Amino acid sequence: MAKLYAKKPRSNKNLEGIKPKQETIDFILNYSKALKIVTYKKEKFETILN
Amino acid sequence: MKKIESPTDAQLVSAYIAGDEIALSKLINNHQQRLYNFIYSKVYDRDVADDIFQDTFIKVIRTLKRGKYNEEGKFLPWVMRIAHNLVIDHFRKNKRMPKFEGFGDFDIFDFIKDDGLNVEKQIIKDQIEFDLVGLIDELPEDQKEVLNMRIFKDMSFKEIAVSTDVSINTALGRMRYALINLRKIIEKHNIVLTN
Repeated sequence: MAKLYAKKPRSNKNLEGIKPKQETIDFILNYSKALKIVTYKKEKFETILN
Repeated sequence: MKKIESPTDAQLVSAYIAGDEIALSKLINNHQQRLYNFIYSKVYDRDVADDIFQDTFIKVIRTLKRGKYNEEGKFLPWVMRIAHNLVIDHFRKNKRMPKFEGFGDFDIFDFIKDDGLNVEKQIIKDQIEFDLVGLIDELPEDQKEVLNMRIFKDMSFKEIAVSTDVSINTALGRMRYALINLRKIIEKHNIVLTN
């Protein structure tokens, strides 16, 4: 089958300045605050505090 | 005036492991654009990029909090590696059901077309075939037999001749008259058969 090529390569100029959504950042920060690692003997347990 | 130096990644990571949540916020703030652009340049979907960005930092947080991170002054390359692996996982997961989208001038549907009839044309075709079967029923028995064998059973005239125990010329003649008679019936009843 013949190879198909796009006429124009994907433009990277739109990539400048794009950032993750604020709610994504907030989720990560809240997850970090909620996550606690409990060590018991040699085992480590994760707990999520609501 | 003394220049205020911002903390290095290593210092922020140490502070975070020690329980400083603001350090994580600074780390994200410092690297979010570069990391997000890297992910987006691979997946070209804002929602997917957000998901992978989020999963990357969840892995980072779990590794740091479990004390499994080895600080070698390479926080960003480590985070980028995690993101890279998650991008690969994303494409592996979607391999069975690839998604095509148009970008700029390129549209996959310019090359892939559905050659099937649309619903309206399919209904018309079914109607014509139904009418035609009715018209064929009006033909004399010998002509109807030859026409059915030729058109619907896809038999050659030689096979038709053997099957009906007549010569090939007779079979050809019956087919010819069958078509002529069909046209006459269509004209007589003023039937329009088009698609």
